[in-house]
Amino acid sequence: MGNKKKKAQPVYDRPSDANISQAFKKGNTITKASFFVFGLGNLMNRQIGRGLIFLALEIAYIIYLITFGIGALGDFITLGTAQQGEVYNAALGIYEYSAGDDSMLCLLYGVITLVMTVAVVFVGCMSGKSAFCTQVRKEKGKHIPTFRDDIRSLKEENLHGFLLAFPIIGIVCFTIVPLIFMILIAFTSYDHEHQPPGNLFDWVGLDNFKAMFSQGSKLAGTFWPVLSWTLIWAVFATVSCFILGMLLALLINRKGTRAKGFWRFMFVLSVAVPQFVTLLSMRTIFNANGPVNVVLRQLGIIGATESIPFFTNALYAKITIICINIWIGVPFTMLSTTGILQNIPAELYEAAKIDGASAATIFRKITLPYMLFVMTPNLITAFTGNINNFNVIFLLSGGGPDSMDYYYAGKTDLLVTWLYRLTITQKDYNLGAVIGILVFIILATLSLITYRRTGAYKDEGAFQ
Amino acid sequence: MKMRRFIVNTACHILLAVLSVIWILPIFYVILTSFRAESGSYKSYIWPRGFTLDNYINLFHGNNNINFTRWFTNTLVIAIFSTALSAFFVLCVSYVMSRLRFKMRKKFMNIALILGMFPGFMSMIAVYYILKGLGLLEAGVLKQIALVLVYSGGAGLGFYMAKGFFDTIPKSIDEAAYIDGATKWDTFIRITIPLSKPIITYTLITAFMGPWVDYIFAKVIMGNDSQYYTIAIGLWTMLEQEFVEYYYTQFYAGCVMISIPIAILFLLTQKCYVEGVSGAVKG
Repeated sequence: MGNKKKKAQPVYDRPSDANISQAFKKGNTITKASFFVFGLGNLMNRQIGRGLIFLALEIAYIIYLITFGIGALGDFITLGTAQQGEVYNAALGIYEYSAGDDSMLCLLYGVITLVMTVAVVFVGCMSGKSAFCTQVRKEKGKHIPTFRDDIRSLKEENLHGFLLAFPIIGIVCFTIVPLIFMILIAFTSYDHEHQPPGNLFDWVGLDNFKAMFSQGSKLAGTFWPVLSWTLIWAVFATVSCFILGMLLALLINRKGTRAKGFWRFMFVLSVAVPQFVTLLSMRTIFNANGPVNVVLRQLGIIGATESIPFFTNALYAKITIICINIWIGVPFTMLSTTGILQNIPAELYEAAKIDGASAATIFRKITLPYMLFVMTPNLITAFTGNINNFNVIFLLSGGGPDSMDYYYAGKTDLLVTWLYRLTITQKDYNLGAVIGILVFIILATLSLITYRRTGAYKDEGAFQ
Repeated sequence: MKMRRFIVNTACHILLAVLSVIWILPIFYVILTSFRAESGSYKSYIWPRGFTLDNYINLFHGNNNINFTRWFTNTLVIAIFSTALSAFFVLCVSYVMSRLRFKMRKKFMNIALILGMFPGFMSMIAVYYILKGLGLLEAGVLKQIALVLVYSGGAGLGFYMAKGFFDTIPKSIDEAAYIDGATKWDTFIRITIPLSKPIITYTLITAFMGPWVDYIFAKVIMGNDSQYYTIAIGLWTMLEQEFVEYYYTQFYAGCVMISIPIAILFLLTQKCYVEGVSGAVKG
């Protein structure tokens, strides 16, 4: 920050400039009231369209709260009180079925109500800001934007709002609300013994986390080995694919290599085939009676009835999976690195050659640093992708071979595939949610730090 | 010196040839088995004793369990709709993040980064119940709409690739348009989009491939409604214990059948893919 300009006095006449504290301090009564009666400031200044939209949102929210929301919030705290069961009806002399509360739905509706409340608070702030802007403009005698101006601004200074609206609705509905919901489940007793609607579950605080880390328990005895295999897998899978893929790209892009297009095609073919097809076929190919074992038997390397336990022995399974992953991943890296290799400025190589550098030196001093610089964000994404690489493990080994020492996990299970088993097969949703949160914590600490350091994040405008 | 170069070149070509064989062999095996005449699953030999087209023919005259044509159209319809929706989301978000400056921008990017770190299907159960709450799991067609929403709903978060591409389009082009009186919206539609064919193609392909390769979400949403299965669940079903003896060769025929269109699509657009990865303006 070389040039220290005197900070210009902000002029509050566009909504994006105003901030809430200023609006509260300097706003008049109507502006302040606009925080609570949405759109008041706009309506008083003949911005009918904008004001009515604000007001309509508030009224809709209040109606929702009265008819449904308050009850949902109450249930959210208790997670339901009436257990499903049979009630004796004395008048009729029979047992009647009573529905009871569904804790699952209580939690879900609670979360939805909370998210809506946050959204409405946000709208309230917007209403206040908007009223403040109108107030300032009026005091200065400036033109007060009409509804038509507002709509026109969606193409210009408010284009971001217009373009982001639908994607954000999608993200909130299908990512954020479900995530909050699952995070909350980690703090409940929603396991295979507490399945709604038959049973209620309740808040249990940090009990699930304690169980996961308590010394000597079966859960902890599963978590740590699974975690270490997840990390080993992610490191091996990322590094091997990156290095081998880059070497392959270099090999094909060498000056002396003929028919570059043909070689590239041979490898790209395996990328073109849908991944689950390759994975499922690989699973059959390496099956105990699959073609690989058949070939080995025919060559006499193993006995006629023997087979190499590619997926049934823990160590073999791990090695097999990493090798198959190389088969899948290397062409991908080759594809993406080819473009980057061709982008390395030719002057660098010419200069190096004039200085008499050998091929190895050129690789070490020019190609590798350049590739690392460009590919670091990709590498981090690949690493996080591998920690969450559900498909490869699930479709190849399904996490097996299973182990009796583990709590419903196999020797090649990653944290994510274990999560899958815990939720889908075992119905221990709370434990699954705990795993999800732990995976998140691991990834967040690993990548936020590294990602923010990379050049691509810092000077994103470098090429603009 | 010349001799040495010759040896190095030959060695490289031999190495490439060996590697290509390794990469082609499994694909070749899949194709080979898809034509195998003998039914049943695993055999004690590699080369089929006889060849037939029946595996392919049976695929299209399937019974209730195996209805390949149906699965194929199901997947195609879902893929087309979710591609349109998610490409729209991705392009909007990435343009905004690359070109427009506003207060919440950095915050939004950080939130997107954080959300991306949760395992994708951790939220699956909740999504399932939300869809159920919306009444989208009542009938098969509704389930298909639900699946489209699931595939494209959070697509806006995957904007990094396209944003990186937009970042490489020189800002001076935009500024020239502003001077000529274009609004930002005009600039987006008339200038940025036409300049971004490679990345648009890339976005379209990745979005299009999603439904073909996803197994878990489709399975959770479709349940046992085998009429509405997508290809991935269908093929997986064929390998299950009770079916594998009977459908093993048909499974491979099915693999070949869906790999061909996807592979052609992929190879045709490979150029765009590489260009999309490496930016709009060549250094």
